[in-house]
Formats: sequence, structure tokens, C-alpha cells
Amino acid sequence: MLDILVSGLLLSGTYALVAMGLNLQYGVARIMNLANGEVLVLGALAAFWLYTTAQISPILTVILVIPVAFIGNWLIYRFLLTPLVRRSKTQGALEVDSILATFGMSFIFIGIMVSIEGGFFFYKYLSEPIQILGSTTSLNRLVAFLIAVLIAVGLYIWLHYSRPGVAVRALSVSTEASGLVGINVPRVSALAFALGGTITAVGGALISTFITLDASIGVVFTLKALIIVIMGGVGEIRGAIVAAIILGLVETGVATLIDPGLTLAAAYFIFVMILLFRPQGLFGRRAV
Amino acid sequence: MKPATWQELIWAAVLVGLAAFWPMVTNGYWLGIGVDVMMYTALATSWMLFSGPTHYISLASAAFFGIGGFVVGSGMSDYDASFWSMLALSALIGAALAALIGLATLRLSGVYFVIFTLGLAEMIRNLVSWVQNNFLGSRGLYVLTDFTDTHLYWMLLVTAASVYLLGWIISRSRLGFALRIIGGDETVARHVGINTATTKVILFTTTGFFAAIVGAIIAPRWSYIEPNQVFSPHLSFFVVIMALLGGSGRLWGPVAGVIPFLLIWNWVDSNFPNQSILVLGFAFLIIVYFLPHGVVGRLEQLRARARGRS
Amino acid sequence: MYRRSLFGLAAVLAVASTSLFAQDMIKIGAIAPKTGPLAGGAVVTQWPNVQLWVEQVNARGGLDVGGEKKMIELIEYDDKTNPGEHIKLAQRLATQDKVDFVVAPYGTGFNIATAPIYGKFGYPMIAVSAITDKMEELTTRYPNLFFTLGTTTAFVDGVKEILIEQREAGTIGNEIAMVNVADAFGIELSVRARELFGEAGFDIVYDKSYPLGTPDLSPVMKGAKDSGAKAFVAWSYPPDSFGLAEQAIIENLDVNVYYSAVATSFPAFKGAYGNKINNVLGAGGTDVENPAIAKYRDAHMEITGKEADYWASANTYASLQILEQAIVGAATLDRDVVTQYIKDNSFDTVMGELSFENNFSNKFWSVGQWQDGVFRGVKGSNVDGAVPVRVKEGWSE
Repeated sequence: MLDILVSGLLLSGTYALVAMGLNLQYGVARIMNLANGEVLVLGALAAFWLYTTAQISPILTVILVIPVAFIGNWLIYRFLLTPLVRRSKTQGALEVDSILATFGMSFIFIGIMVSIEGGFFFYKYLSEPIQILGSTTSLNRLVAFLIAVLIAVGLYIWLHYSRPGVAVRALSVSTEASGLVGINVPRVSALAFALGGTITAVGGALISTFITLDASIGVVFTLKALIIVIMGGVGEIRGAIVAAIILGLVETGVATLIDPGLTLAAAYFIFVMILLFRPQGLFGRRAV
Repeated sequence: MKPATWQELIWAAVLVGLAAFWPMVTNGYWLGIGVDVMMYTALATSWMLFSGPTHYISLASAAFFGIGGFVVGSGMSDYDASFWSMLALSALIGAALAALIGLATLRLSGVYFVIFTLGLAEMIRNLVSWVQNNFLGSRGLYVLTDFTDTHLYWMLLVTAASVYLLGWIISRSRLGFALRIIGGDETVARHVGINTATTKVILFTTTGFFAAIVGAIIAPRWSYIEPNQVFSPHLSFFVVIMALLGGSGRLWGPVAGVIPFLLIWNWVDSNFPNQSILVLGFAFLIIVYFLPHGVVGRLEQLRARARGRS
Repeated sequence: MYRRSLFGLAAVLAVASTSLFAQDMIKIGAIAPKTGPLAGGAVVTQWPNVQLWVEQVNARGGLDVGGEKKMIELIEYDDKTNPGEHIKLAQRLATQDKVDFVVAPYGTGFNIATAPIYGKFGYPMIAVSAITDKMEELTTRYPNLFFTLGTTTAFVDGVKEILIEQREAGTIGNEIAMVNVADAFGIELSVRARELFGEAGFDIVYDKSYPLGTPDLSPVMKGAKDSGAKAFVAWSYPPDSFGLAEQAIIENLDVNVYYSAVATSFPAFKGAYGNKINNVLGAGGTDVENPAIAKYRDAHMEITGKEADYWASANTYASLQILEQAIVGAATLDRDVVTQYIKDNSFDTVMGELSFENNFSNKFWSVGQWQDGVFRGVKGSNVDGAVPVRVKEGWSE
């Protein structure tokens, strides 16, 4: 049982890294970002590439990734997505446009990554065994988990106790109302989008230390992230984290107790069940 | 979505008649593209039957398509069943599954519906792999038939034409009227006494029915069925993208999206063999920015302009 | 000739394709994944060998077809690991580009899916990365299709022989822990393994599948460890073969036989785990002492900048050598004649002397083992240079 708890929680950390960024992007900036997984893999590629060519530790890469990803995502929002936000009259129209546009971007990212490395990002970092509560796990997973916790706590504090954070939260409740109370909507949206992309890229760099990725694997993470965000409730950072924990524990539990062949099926089953009983997600607000 | 006219039906009939001759005038590569066009036309039009009027974006196409391919593969490989019986069976399973999903999703709206269908499709893909692994004991799913692309093209053409005809009938029926009201405002629809639930479920069932048929027809073309490929979520995205590119206002919208999309796709594929995916990405972006309301929207805009001038 | 790409191989071809003497060219088409789930394997095994072969042939002044030297013009496409896409591109090669010959696709499903098209146009297809037990039915149906890498049964048999030897030597008992990826390849092999291992009196005490793309394989490895079996067999694909090894190291899986299927033979496998994976068994194998193989591996490194894998790389290159020798030997570009030539003759390749019986070349490695930094063949069919199997002893450096 302890094995399930430890492995499951560590896996939750991975899922939280995958989903927290998308939650900000979708919940606040209202962009359904289908390139989320590719941004994650870009972070992973950076870690792999710097480690194999220059022996730079992935932990250091994480720090290097932050400014690059932030600026990159900010530019994407400012120049590629803002025109879509401006022209769409309804949330539905924006969803359609952002699905199309970010799907295109995901292809562009894959193309760029393939031209850098077409094979697997195969390296090993901190894959040392470590005992936690009598259960064996690897150091790299633990490090990723701790950083995920750090990001989650930091994000929570920032969202609740800082001025820009509160603005971000206000925006996630209502775009129109936020505009009325003097929040600079385009600017805060860009901030949320850039921050979300940064968290995702950092997650990718960390995940690459224990999962072997390649340029084309992003869609797997996009799917997972979408599931987690919707399961937790749009725009709710707590929701995403709780959903990540549920998925991590369910997957590990099913794999250990029933059959590893059913892990993913079980995860999606839980998702389906939760939506059937709570159509707005765990922490979501009922749509008006 | 606007009600379809007799004029449209006649045009469609003429086009289907002409399209039937495609295998006579071409072969090989262009026939292959014809197969793709018919496949996606059938998928995108049947998708549009439900999603067009209701504005519910479904990402479950791959689940039904995969069911079609898998049932044919497993039936022919493991149980020596005939292709035709498996085609019929897959259509039934696809429809039944879609009806269940339709019922389950009644309370969901907006993005929750979108991702629900995606999650469900992934769940089905994993369940099918697991069942195959543990209970069917397959030694590879081979679908070896004597069908050529010409046969498959005609089968898909018939499927696509049936979807269109059904859509045309629905759009002129009480059901279509009900759907338009639901699309406009679901609460209003309920207040005027429309059984929104039944209407939505019926429509979603037809989507599943046809997507499964398409998957079944494509199976002999692929010859060897791998669950993870027939259930690939990319298909769901492509169907949505082609349909949206066409525009959702008209029944013929998806065709107007499928054809240019596939032509651009193939042009890129053959001209940029090493970076086709990158160039495709740029093509996507250009389409999004310069065709805001899809091909249909652009055509109607041009027509309005032409009228304004004359 | 704007179609040819801007990168890679095109550098060579750019010169060639602008040549005024188009009749001096021989067009070869190649389709395989550059993106999508199978790309990671294809860029190791398939693409570099195509590049290597084309560059070598062109450096020699081209292929001698009936006294006339013809340079190779390569036309390559990315199928994005999508069967529909691949079929369409194959049709393009045959009817638009009108290539003279083709390189067989990467992956079992893709070879079978394109066999009808290439068959219709008479292209000989020397399949490498395709393993099936339906060879007879397929080659009867598609007489232009050749297989070179072995059958499903042969791969399981190789592992079974090792298990039996080790049981006799007393290093393992009757218990086996077996896992497989729940995809076509993994399912097919595991089904066959259940039959053959059972016949040999083994008891599969842990027998589980895991879905493609499982992010955390630790429960699988913990389950295998708890079963207490001294032999571990995984019918796995590239990303999971790495993931399983990683978990085995972390869990310190106590087995004397450890086998994982595809990609165990990749140089990157050793690159990441160093000596920890010493004595790990995997699909494939090669005889590095063989001078022909050694020369091939050096050329591969020099021209593509990558190390060849220790399995299908050599077979892929050999299949291209067969095509080359058949064209030269038949002294014509007539595909039916060349196909017949392949059936009737034997060929001198890096894999040694290869010939076909019922379109099947029965000379291949089935199991290899990492021994002190080199992945050596330990089991195979009609191959020379197999080394004795060693017992896996722990996972330390």
C-alpha cells in the first residue's frame, strides 16, 4: 500500500507539472492550447540537448528555460493569439480559432524539434534509487515532485496574495467584469499565458530526466493535461492539483492491484465518471 | 445551420454522379487522394450533422472510426468472418456506443463536452487494446481482401452521399427545426417543448454509425490493423479542423473544407519531404488568420460583395 | 526539380537532380516515419542506412546497369507513422514520381499495407523491419514481397532456447515474469511466447501488459520483482524498453536473465546506462568481429555521424545491397526481371551470403546481449559468430 501511495504521489507531481500551465492558459487567457504538449517537449529537448552536448545539469536548464519560455510564450500570445482574441465575438468562436491555431503551432514545434533531434531524447540523470517510507523510487522523480510542489505552492500564494495574482484570478472568473474594474485584460491574459507556458516547459525539462521523450510525443501530454484541467475545473489551480493527485493514485493503484494494462483506461474512466456526476469538474463553477 | 434547399440536393446529386467517375479518369495517386477526400467528407459531414447545429464540438470520431477498423480486423483475422458482416456489425456497435455517449453527455456543455468526448475516446482505445491483449489472443489483425482503391472509393462515396442525404432530410424535418432552436438557445428550445435530449442523442448516434462504417471500409486498405493507429486521436482533430475550415453554416460546408485541406496537405507532403510537418503548421496558421469563417463564410462574403456591386 | 528538399541527403542530390542527363539517373523512392510514434526508431535504423547506401553508391559513380553508370536520385517522404498517409505516398512514388525501385517501409503494418500497391507496379520489396508469422500467406498473395528479419516464432524461440539453457544450468527455475506492450507487435509476440514457454514447461508467474505510453512503469517492475521469478522477459517497444531498464536498475531487479525486445540494441541504450546494463538480452544482435560488419559500422559512423544499431541496421543495409546487386546483376531496370533475379540468386552482403527461399531469407539474429559495451548476437538462424550467453548479475556499474 505504501508503494502505491509513494509512487502514486510522485506520478501526481508529474501530472501537476503537465497540467498547471494549461490551466492558467485556458482558465485565464481562454486559450485552449493544443500545443501544450509540444511546449513541454521543447523544455525536455532543451534539457536533453544541453546535457548531452554541454553536460549542463537539467536542474540548471530549468532555470535557463524560465526566461526563454516566458518571453517565447508572451510573444506567441501577443502576436499570434491576440488577433484571434480581438476578432472573436464569443467564447465559442475563440475556442474554435484557438483550437485551429494552436494545432498548427504544435506542428511547427514538432517540425523545429525534429530538425534538431529526430530520435529519442535518451539520457539519464539522477536515476539513483532512493528509499521513501520503505518504498523504492528514483531520485529524479522525487526532485520533479518537489519542484512541482514548490511551483504549486508558489503559484497559489502568488494568485491569492499578490496584486497581479489577484487580477489573474479575477480574469478567470469573468473577462468582462475584470475589464470594468480597471484590470488591463490583454496584459494580464498575456501574463497568464506566458506564465502557463513557462510552467509547462519547466515541467518538460524535469520530466525528461525520467521519461524518454521524442519530438512527436507531445500529443500524449496534451491529452493528459486537457483531461486533468477539465476534471479539476477550468481556471482552478486547486482543481488541477487535486485531479493530478487522483489520476496519479488511481493509475498506480490499478497498475499494482489489478492490471497494469488497465492503468490508462482506469484513469480515463475516473475522468468520465467525475464529469458525469459533476459536469463542471471538481472545483469548477457552474457555467452561467 | 440553415435549412437545405432542393437546389442544393440537385447540385449534390450531380456532383456525386460526377464523382463516381473519378476512378475511370484517374489512377494511383489521385485516386488515393480521392479515397481520402471521400473518407474525410463522410466523417466531417456526419460530424457536422451533430456539431453544426448544436455547436457541440465532438472529439470522439477516432473512437468510432477505430471501432470500425478494429471490428473488421478482429472479426476477419480471429473469427474468419466476412468483411460485409463485420461492416454491418461495426456500424451497429458504433451506433450503440454513440447512443450511450450521447446519453451520458447530456448534462455537459462547452469545453467540458469537448474534452469528455476526447477522454472517452482514449478510454475506449485503451480498453480495446486490453481486451485484445487478454481475451482475443490475436496473432496480428490482418485484413487481406481483393478490394482495390476503386472499390473502396465507391463504398466511401456511397457512405458520404448517404450522410449528405440524411443530413438534407433532417435539416428539412421537424428534427432539423428542433436542432436549429437548440443551437440558438437550448433553454428556449426546452421551453417551447422540444425534447432536446432525444434530439441530441439521435444525431450523435448517426455520427457514430457513419464513422464506424468509414473505419470499417478503410480497414482493407490498411491491411494490418494496429489498435493504437486506428484509434489515433489525430483523426478526431483532423475531422474537426476540416469541418471548421469548411464552415459550419451549410451542410456542404465540410466538403468545402476537406478538399482544399487535403490538396494543401498533399502539396506540402510532396514538396517538403523533410519538413512537411513544419510547413503544414504554417499552412494551418495562414488558414486560421485569413479564413476566419471558413471557406463557406468566405464564399458567402464574396457573393454578398458581388451582389452589392451589381 | 524544386521538389527535392533543402536538407540532408539533398545536398548530394541537388547536384544530381540538376544534371542535364536525366536518363543517367536511377530513381529510388523511400518512405518511412520522420515524425510520429515510430520516428524514434526509424531515424536510428532506417533513414541513416538509406543515406549511407545512396552516398556510397553515388561516390562510386553510380550503379552499373548493363554497362551504363547511373547515379541514384533518392525521393524520400515522411509518412508521419500514419498508414493512410503512407499508402498515398506510395501511390505517389509509383504513379507520379515513377521511381525505378523502392526501399521497403519501416514497420510490419506499413509493409503489408503497401504490398498491394508495390505489387501492382511490380516493385520488389525487400522488407526488413517487418516480423510476422503469416509469411507464407503474404508472399503467396504478394510475390514481390521478401522478408529478411525473421518470424515472430523465431524471435520467441531464441528467447526460449536461452531460458531452457539457463534452467538446465540452474541459474533460473521454472518461473518467468513476462510483460508486453499492448500494441500489435507486443501482443503478437506475447501470445506466441505463452504457447512456446508453456510447451517448454515454464510457468509464467507474472504475465501482464501495459498500454503504449504508460508514464510510470514502476508498478510493472515492482510486480515482476515480487513474483520472485529469476527470468524477466519484456516484449517492448523503444520508449518502454528504456523505461523498463531504468526501473529494473532502480528496483535492483534480482534476475539472472533479463530480456527486452526492440531498441535494446540501440547504442543509446548503453550510452545512457553504461555498464549497468551489462548482460542484458534484447532482440537482434550482430557479430562485431566480422570484418564486413566492422567495415560497415565504421562507414555508417563516418557518413551519417551516428553509430549503427546492433540489429536491423545491418539487415537494412543488406537489403539495399541485395537491391543494388540484383539491379546490376539483371543489368536492367525492368522490375519483373530484377524481382526474378532476387528470387534466383544469392547475394554477398554485410550479413554474409543471403538468398531467398519462398521469398524468405532465413539468416538473421534473433537475440543479442550487451557484453562489456558491445551488443553481441547470441541466438540466430544460420548466422556465424554467436557467443555464449552470460548470466545477468546485478545492476551496478
